[in-house]
Amino acid sequence: MQTEIIIAGFGGQGVLFAGELLAYAGMDAGRVVTWIPSYGPEMRGGTANCTVIIADEEIGSPLVRNPQAVIAMNLPSLEKYEPLVRPGGVLAVNASMANRTAVRTDITSVGLPANEMAESLGNRRLTNMIMLGALLARLPVLSLESIEQAMAAHLPERHRKLLPDNYKALRQGAAAVS
Amino acid sequence: MPRELLKGNEAMAEAAIRVGLEAYFGYPITPQTEILEWMSRRMPELGRVFVQAESELGAVNMVYGAACTGARVMSSSSSPGVSLMMEGLSYIAGTELPVVLIDIMRGGPGLGNIAPSQGDYNQMVHGGGHGDYHPIVLAPATVQEAVDLTVEAFDLAEKYRNLVFVVADGNVGQIMEPAELPAMREVKRATPEWALTGAEGRERRFLSSIYIDPVYEEVTNKRLQERWLEIQQNEVRYREYYLEDADLVVIGFGTAGRIALTAVRAARAEGIRAGLLRPVALSPYPYAAIDELAKRASAFLVVEMNAGQMLEDVQRAVAGRVPVDFYGRMGGMVPFPDEILDEIRRVAREPRAQADPRVAWLKRLEKVLPH
Repeated sequence: MQTEIIIAGFGGQGVLFAGELLAYAGMDAGRVVTWIPSYGPEMRGGTANCTVIIADEEIGSPLVRNPQAVIAMNLPSLEKYEPLVRPGGVLAVNASMANRTAVRTDITSVGLPANEMAESLGNRRLTNMIMLGALLARLPVLSLESIEQAMAAHLPERHRKLLPDNYKALRQGAAAVS
Repeated sequence: MPRELLKGNEAMAEAAIRVGLEAYFGYPITPQTEILEWMSRRMPELGRVFVQAESELGAVNMVYGAACTGARVMSSSSSPGVSLMMEGLSYIAGTELPVVLIDIMRGGPGLGNIAPSQGDYNQMVHGGGHGDYHPIVLAPATVQEAVDLTVEAFDLAEKYRNLVFVVADGNVGQIMEPAELPAMREVKRATPEWALTGAEGRERRFLSSIYIDPVYEEVTNKRLQERWLEIQQNEVRYREYYLEDADLVVIGFGTAGRIALTAVRAARAEGIRAGLLRPVALSPYPYAAIDELAKRASAFLVVEMNAGQMLEDVQRAVAGRVPVDFYGRMGGMVPFPDEILDEIRRVAREPRAQADPRVAWLKRLEKVLPH
């Protein structure tokens, strides 16, 4: 049994960090995990994505063609990954950055205005946490508590003052789609 | 030590440091630059040697010189950079020095790209530099293996006074996985009986790869070959998955090997009796294990991220007894598990003997590639 999650967006939207949090939370829960970024020239300003796998046995391929879940932080990511989500899987779309909703009916899809929600929390950089909360509300692979614990355990000291806002963003993202 | 979430490149660098690396010489090149970056920060803070050389030529010859003193030394690079190092590596082999080199292979030939590749298998395993020498070549597929094999690389290099290459690709370099690092060890300054440490109060020692009189060059070559026989006896390493009752044996190393594992599991779920042999040492190669499998399996499928370089080693071991098929992606392309699953299904359906499986493979590849 394994769950594959792709988080995709522009550089600067925090997609790699959101993936790292999933990996940390999975590791802390005693699961087998991999986190792998796209590391091509696109890292310099263009699109960024990472694939996280959470499993119960040695993970073979760290990359999958058809993931079980996708967070699309913008329109190009929605265009690219909506067709690839495995039937029955989950797609979470940042509606602030995509002018359409998901069209597939054989997957669970949710859309939420994560940019505006983050801004109303006073920090646009919380967009990734809002989207992660929304995904986990529909994908029962890890609890929100486990993500919060991973953040508390692995965030560098200098960023710890941001923990309460990050927790709030996770919860609001989950509430928006529940 | 606790398990941490570690990035492959950084984990290899830190592992080398913890087991007493005394000097690192390198030149930046993607996708291995994190190794050099890590060294540039950690080595000076530990009072050890870090030099960013003017080029890979400079780096390999600095490694050569430092290794002559008996110090634990290494370098790292990626394909084009390693090509530049080949002259120096042959000199190091000819001088019988323990040296570790990490090669994070990338798409080629030429300047190529920075995507993951296994296109340098032949260069690293079957030579590259001139003359008769055999490096030990280790190929990790996971971060934990990258850590463990980096540690072993130094022990093997020093045990046999031999070159040890750790070869991986950008996937292994960039992936993060939970892994356990070795405990921090004191640098133990080894002073082997051959090391050049200053001859005051003792007989002069001499290290060189020059033997003007071929008689003595042949004596040296004989010693290298005898050492290689011993390495072949002792240092074969591989991992087996689902091979007990396997009828179809998939063989792949490094990243291609772990991708094949996903495909083999999926094939098993469909009732195909597939198994995986993943060589962990590419040199010496697990010929004997493959020979044994050829006695009971009915087909082999070799999967690589190149045009079938290791394929020829598998063919040598199987020696025509059963069909050996091939699937590869080239130039920095990484296969998805479903591609390999399709190949497993095809071979399970019709395990035909082909003189060169690459002819049909190139035809099948036409359907995948853009026109």
